[in-house]
Amino acid sequence: MAGEGGYVDEQAIKDCQHDLGMDRPKFVQFVDFITGFMVFDLGESMWTGKAITHELGLRFQLSLQIAIMATLVAVVIAIPLGTISAIRQDTWLDYAVRTFSIAGIAIPSFWLGIMIILGLLISTQAWFGEPWMPPIEYVSPLEDPVANLVQLIWPAVATGYRYSAVATRMTRSALLEVLREDYVRTAKAKGLIERIIINRHALKNSMLPVVTVIGIEFAFLMGGLVVTEQVFNLNGVGKLFVESVQNHDYTMTQALVMLVALVFVVTNFVVDLFYAMLDPRIRYS
Amino acid sequence: MTELLKIQGLKTQFFTSAGTVKAVDGVTYDVEEGETVAVVGESGCGKSVTALSIMRLVAEPAGRVVDGNIMFQGTDLLQLPEEEMRKVRGNNIAMVFQEPMTSLNPVLSIGLQLTETVQQHLGVDDATARARAVELLGLVGMSDAERRLDQYPHHLSGGMRQRVMIAMALSCEPKLIIADEPTTALDVTIQAQILELMKNLTRDLGVAMIIITHNLGVVARYADRVNVMYAGKIIESGTAEDIYHNPKHPYTLALLKSVPRLDQPRGAKLDPVDGQPPDLARLDEGCSFRPRCRYADAKCGMSFPPTEHVDGIHYSACFKKDELDSPMKEAS
Repeated sequence: MAGEGGYVDEQAIKDCQHDLGMDRPKFVQFVDFITGFMVFDLGESMWTGKAITHELGLRFQLSLQIAIMATLVAVVIAIPLGTISAIRQDTWLDYAVRTFSIAGIAIPSFWLGIMIILGLLISTQAWFGEPWMPPIEYVSPLEDPVANLVQLIWPAVATGYRYSAVATRMTRSALLEVLREDYVRTAKAKGLIERIIINRHALKNSMLPVVTVIGIEFAFLMGGLVVTEQVFNLNGVGKLFVESVQNHDYTMTQALVMLVALVFVVTNFVVDLFYAMLDPRIRYS
Repeated sequence: MTELLKIQGLKTQFFTSAGTVKAVDGVTYDVEEGETVAVVGESGCGKSVTALSIMRLVAEPAGRVVDGNIMFQGTDLLQLPEEEMRKVRGNNIAMVFQEPMTSLNPVLSIGLQLTETVQQHLGVDDATARARAVELLGLVGMSDAERRLDQYPHHLSGGMRQRVMIAMALSCEPKLIIADEPTTALDVTIQAQILELMKNLTRDLGVAMIIITHNLGVVARYADRVNVMYAGKIIESGTAEDIYHNPKHPYTLALLKSVPRLDQPRGAKLDPVDGQPPDLARLDEGCSFRPRCRYADAKCGMSFPPTEHVDGIHYSACFKKDELDSPMKEAS
């Protein structure tokens, strides 16, 4: 609106404030914003002038897809590894898993993302004589699911590795604790085979803290993948966040903050539902 | 009667940073078919570890059975491969644990926990296993068995949970049940109910039982034979009658005197066993009860007293066994 030291017409400011509805009392503005939020009317972007819901739609869908894929990658890695690590505690297998998972926590996902892209380029060059890397142009899963998967599996793995590291360590420690419980001794005294003791008697009980961690990580992925999205050139929520802050796009920033908060609330609600499913002592009425 | 279980020279030790803990140090006793044998002693004397050693459930790698043998129906359980041992657990030898509150899995239904043992060992289908579970719950005196199967442990009281534990133990018709302080966590009226139930069921079904307890009242009423343990060793054994009326070890005598009795005046003071049980990592070659014994003299510090025959099946490991007072005279 105004450059540094530039002259701004008083009337122009007033007109602008009127257009934005900022001349109304704060309370009215707030009610207006909240009622709009309830019906998914978040106003227009101050940068592009387009409806925010429209801008958000595509990016949210992309971030959601990556978050879900990363969660799947993480769960598929974390639960078996954490379990093996716990039941073979202090063996070389346990040490290997723990090294793998501590590396996952130490390595930033964006760096891993770069390494994955470089690795793909180098290995395809070596094996097929022609370098290949995941496509940069985004393809909707509705259009071409295979192309979409080929593109998004890499960022999902890059973020899922770190995610799985946290979940592996949580699975291991929760399971170690449960394996010392009296009811596990009861299960052994019944002469059950080890697989049933672990899967039925121990794992279900140790999943509560793991589900909590998965929930928190999932919510984080929905808005926090700023750098990884840059690396893979993905137009996700994280990238939009940075852009809107840089562009002084206040309405967009405001909408994104609300969106991330909403995602945390919804994720926690889903986690609570999982609790009730895992533990019959927890009932919501 | 035929011999069911024969434990000989069992030694179980825990290897800790503080040294080797001799939790069970040369325990020998046997159990005949259908009989109830009590193992008595205060906390930390090795009663439970003996039981876990029979089941081969001593927490490894810290704990290990280092010597002895456990003959069950002619086979040495300690020599069995793990997979064979697994088939014995729950099937031939079942266990009832001390804490019904924590010994049942909180997230699994009573039905699942009751049926899984039968399904594991007998390979029956779901319907048969469920019918068996209903039958078992009836056997342990739980009403409304069908509905109970879909409940979870937190729906049941302590006494009810222990009934479920007993039903679980009985499910494969084992030859032997090891009950590790089955009533310690329950209140007194429930204790009596549970003990009566176990006594009646084991008698009716012809199951032998090892009952581990620190409650001498339990022993007097329910056990055919009694082994008194102290610091990892059996220091006196005999019939309940022998132990109660003619104790030949100062520890047994002291235990008896520390129990309140209805036939004593109400004002009579209890006479507790002084001192603490010894540290099992630092035992010398003398009698382990020596520091707390009012009869001890120099000889007791020289070597551990050998187990000697008193009469019938009554044995005692005490140099002073013929110099002890009568429990009756002492108490009056």
